[in-house]
Amino acid sequence: MLSLLNIRVGFYLALRQIRRASRWTTTLIVFVMLLTFLNLVVVTGVLVGIIQGISNQYRTQETGDVVVSSLDSKDFIENSPQIIALVKSLPGVAQVSSRYIAGGTIEANYFSRDQKEKPNETGASVDGINVADENAFSNLSTHVAEGSYLSSSDYDTVLLGSQLIDRYSFGKMPGLTPLKNVYPGTKIRLTLGGHTREVVVKGIVSVPANSPLAARVFMPEGEVRELIGRDDYAVNEIATLLLPGTDPIAFRDLLLRSGVGANAKVQTFEDATPNGVAEIKDTFAMIGNAIGSIGLVVAAITIFIVIFINAVTRRKFIGILKGIGISGEAIEISYIFQSIFYAAIGSSLGLLFLYGFLVPYIAVHPIVLPISNAIIVAPVASTLLRILLLVVATIIAGYLPARMIVRKNTLDSILGRT
Amino acid sequence: MITVKQLIRSFKDGSRETRVLKGIDLIVKNGEFVAIIGRSGAGKSTLLYQMSLLDEPSAGDVIVDGHSTNEMSTDEETQFRLFNFGYVFQDYALLPELTALENVVLPLIMQGMPIAAAEEKATAALRRVGLDGRLDNLPSQLSGGEQQRVSISRAIAHTPHVLFADEPTANLDKESSAVVMQLFAELHAAGQTIIMVTHEDDFARFAERIVKIDDGMIVSDERVTIRNRPLESGV
Repeated sequence: MLSLLNIRVGFYLALRQIRRASRWTTTLIVFVMLLTFLNLVVVTGVLVGIIQGISNQYRTQETGDVVVSSLDSKDFIENSPQIIALVKSLPGVAQVSSRYIAGGTIEANYFSRDQKEKPNETGASVDGINVADENAFSNLSTHVAEGSYLSSSDYDTVLLGSQLIDRYSFGKMPGLTPLKNVYPGTKIRLTLGGHTREVVVKGIVSVPANSPLAARVFMPEGEVRELIGRDDYAVNEIATLLLPGTDPIAFRDLLLRSGVGANAKVQTFEDATPNGVAEIKDTFAMIGNAIGSIGLVVAAITIFIVIFINAVTRRKFIGILKGIGISGEAIEISYIFQSIFYAAIGSSLGLLFLYGFLVPYIAVHPIVLPISNAIIVAPVASTLLRILLLVVATIIAGYLPARMIVRKNTLDSILGRT
Repeated sequence: MITVKQLIRSFKDGSRETRVLKGIDLIVKNGEFVAIIGRSGAGKSTLLYQMSLLDEPSAGDVIVDGHSTNEMSTDEETQFRLFNFGYVFQDYALLPELTALENVVLPLIMQGMPIAAAEEKATAALRRVGLDGRLDNLPSQLSGGEQQRVSISRAIAHTPHVLFADEPTANLDKESSAVVMQLFAELHAAGQTIIMVTHEDDFARFAERIVKIDDGMIVSDERVTIRNRPLESGV
């Protein structure tokens, strides 16, 4: 019977058994629990973090916290200069980048190719950017792996996203034929707004395949404006990063109340996130949970074996305890307390490692994967739930072998009879 | 008082059944010091286990102070042992991860005593066997004789009705054995009921009554006319 007295005696026994157990054994079990905890939390966290990394890339490199874009019925944002001025004047704004975006084609190796060969060309989105604003917004210059970043005085000069370059591209995307033999200084043909120009590749932007920067051509905004004939300075996109603590929804609503909605779509990053991203995150979380639960079973089996071996080798002493009148429940509870101790110490160390080092470190130094720069997504509530799961699994794994041994005949245990 | 009625204990090994106790009748009165002797394999330890409720008889009954133990569940037997019996085993049977004091304290806590009171009582029991200077030593830090004295302290700390001892001197040298037997003599003098199994006649003569078992049956049950005393025996 689970009584306070049995719990008290069980705790008394467990405390002393833990205190005087082999330090190596205790360290090993705690280490297994630590790894199990990390397996439960980090595997799921990284899998979700891959998608979160993609989302983050879109936020920091494309939309910002609030993005103003052209209405579905328009190709550009009317009254762009006024809207840009308004956005920049509002409190809570960290960076603003306005972009001219147009579809174009680029072609390489047009001098050396045989006339019968298919041209080495590909379609691409051409972004006309304010060189300084864009760099402040997306840190574009830090992603330039070869060559150098644009300057505002550059003309007939472009940066190419790595997915447009054959030696960087990740797989073969339909409709995209990456350019071969293109390096900084290589001349390529750019066709935009019905004009074809020969431009020089100034640099190559190396980013993960799913980055919004990956398949773009960047040019200073003045030249793009000229090529697409946008004399009215009407841009296609105004992306705004907000200062920490500024509510994007409130900012969006402020813009809408200011009448921006009449000329453009105003969306928060969440609004602009494509449908299905949440489902992909959930899917990855489910896969992580499935992998994590295997780890949980492995941990439970490990604890079972450890407690079972402990109980079997201590069978004589368990018999003696029963012989001198210690109840079976008290003995079982002592093993449960030991299991809880291992799980609690392992999880506590795991928590310290996770939130004290791993999560902040990976947030600053993401795991560079071909499809995104992954971070670890580990919300406290779900981590606590996993700890609870681990403790429950450990309690069961500790209780069962103890129960098996305690139920054996007292005298057989004392005498070591089978 | 313990009454043993037509006690039979058999062990099965496949189709073969070995009857170790063959219908034992025995009465031990309160305050008696009884030694059960016999050659190896005679069934003396098996009888002790039945009387002390550590094992279940195949037939017959053990009646303690008028209560039949046949009807008791395993949990009730454990509870009964806790409050009524004390045990001294041949190999001391101390828990290796508990200190001398903690070994003695544990059954007292199980009886519901607060830890401080249990420690006080356990300290007194250890002082009684001359071990008050070794309270915090683990069993591995004690000699065989000291461990057996801790075991005796654990057995008597809660003042049990009956103290059972199974070959308590078997693993001890002469000097330590003498100390243990001296303790038993003192406890008996203080009114403690003791039932002890031994194969050494010299130690059996510390008891006031010797029950001899052979081939699972009592072959003699005699009062000791000239009892040994540690100093007299010279052991």
